[in-house]
Amino acid sequence: MRRGYAVFGMTVLLAFAVIAAAPIVFLVTGSLMGDVEIREYLSPVLTGAKGYASWRLFPVYPTLKNVVELLLDSPEFFLMFWNTMKIAAGILLGQIVLALPAAWGLSRGNFPGKRFVYGLYILLMMMPFQVMMLSQYLVLKGMGLDNTLWAVILPGSFSTFSVFLMYCFFTEIPEEVIEAARIDGAGEWKIFLFIGAPLGRTGVTAALLLQFLEAYGMVEQPLAFLKEKSLFPLSLYLPEISLEEAGFAFCASLAALLPVLFLFLAGSKELGEGIASSAWKE
Amino acid sequence: MRNKGLWFVLPHFLGVLIFALLPFLDVVRRSFCKAAGGFCGLENYIAVWKNEAFRLAAGNTLRFTLVCLPALLLLSLALSLLLYGIGRGGTLFKNVFLMPMAIPAACVALIWRLLFDAGGIINGVLAAFSCPAVDWMRTDSAFWVLVCSYLWKNTGYVIVLWLAAMAGIPQSVYEAARLDGAGRAACFRYITLPCLAPAAYTIAVLSFLNSFKVFREAYLVAGNYPQRSIYLLQHVFNNWFLDLSVDKMAAGAVMLALVVCAAVWALGRAISSGPGI
Repeated sequence: MRRGYAVFGMTVLLAFAVIAAAPIVFLVTGSLMGDVEIREYLSPVLTGAKGYASWRLFPVYPTLKNVVELLLDSPEFFLMFWNTMKIAAGILLGQIVLALPAAWGLSRGNFPGKRFVYGLYILLMMMPFQVMMLSQYLVLKGMGLDNTLWAVILPGSFSTFSVFLMYCFFTEIPEEVIEAARIDGAGEWKIFLFIGAPLGRTGVTAALLLQFLEAYGMVEQPLAFLKEKSLFPLSLYLPEISLEEAGFAFCASLAALLPVLFLFLAGSKELGEGIASSAWKE
Repeated sequence: MRNKGLWFVLPHFLGVLIFALLPFLDVVRRSFCKAAGGFCGLENYIAVWKNEAFRLAAGNTLRFTLVCLPALLLLSLALSLLLYGIGRGGTLFKNVFLMPMAIPAACVALIWRLLFDAGGIINGVLAAFSCPAVDWMRTDSAFWVLVCSYLWKNTGYVIVLWLAAMAGIPQSVYEAARLDGAGRAACFRYITLPCLAPAAYTIAVLSFLNSFKVFREAYLVAGNYPQRSIYLLQHVFNNWFLDLSVDKMAAGAVMLALVVCAAVWALGRAISSGPGI
């Protein structure tokens, strides 16, 4: 009975793991397929031919043609890739300089209105982008920033979600540690930089990683605030590649995925712990 | 020390004030004004409420949330119980489940199109088992495709949250219960479930927030005007934005903000007074 339960559990878990990872396998195989082979499998989708599309786990005639085309023959891809990177880096920098101290101040500080500010942040964190869309647009337009990358970077830098996540971690640092440092004569900034930030490292890493993933995959904000195509990030460019060039589309999607995938694998431990720490807070 | 920590928070708070709070208050003001200016009372709200696209989208969004939230919470709870059972080896599984969260919607849009096309791969598999084909994206089944996409993306995240909450329940409680003759089911019903309740609230709220992001998949696969059943509030806002209907958007934004607040409050009530807790 117990054994049967364990086998059943393992099977279910494996099945879901396969579903979770399947798209990545798809992208890798597709990237290595030549146009002729892809067309053979996907013609019902591409040209509306009779029958149904099929797929193979391993290409019959693997080729690097798509990779070469992506690297040498698609300047748009790199332009959009750098746009994405600029947006993500800008938001991340803003988070480090602004959200990190804010989370520390909220968790350790003691000033009038602290509870109000915290409540306000939680409230703002819950608002979907559609609620803030018009307000942000009007401000950005007023500042003359609409249709520049700043329109996406600035509001993103002041996101309150990462403050919440870092706050959860900072509150777990025992007060005695900070008290000890204070008795040794450390100032508030010193305590923050040399005790708070290092001890809250996991939460900070998790928050920044989540923010990076968010910024990298952003669709709503650039869609609303950027008009000029040369400013578009990858997330708006990829779906525009026509299915005619399916092989190239696969390869471009894979190339866009690789950076986040590596970051995710490198930080998965911190990410897990960071997300976990928010489970108990309201 | 007076005002300790104020200077840490102030720069960020100023940014929030400038980019979120003040402009939103301005939008609240605008929601009571005509587009050209001038007070008009609740006119905008009435116009939005009578708007057919808005009604369709609000209904769809509500239905989507009501289907997705319970489905996500239950599916991930079941998987986390299985993972909790296998102990240490679960980390690898956990990371694999978490992976979809890192994959940008744009990267999978292509695959969604190939899978759910009328002549797509899923229908090919169905045909192999001699089941009838479904035109996924052009019938009401589009709704279920979107539900699956949401589950695919968020299950891992929620599993991590559930597991964290489970790790917080002391083993000694289970041992004591077992000594008193409690079986597996009784342990789950009277220890695990009640202990998970506080975390369940956070989890439900976070999942609710993430449910608005399915717009990405819906938009990238089906564009501004998708099949009726997945025409969501997010689409309405986006289309109003393209038309620059400032008055409707302002009233809509205020209504949505109120609904979100109410929903979060209702979730709290539902979970704290739910069965067995």
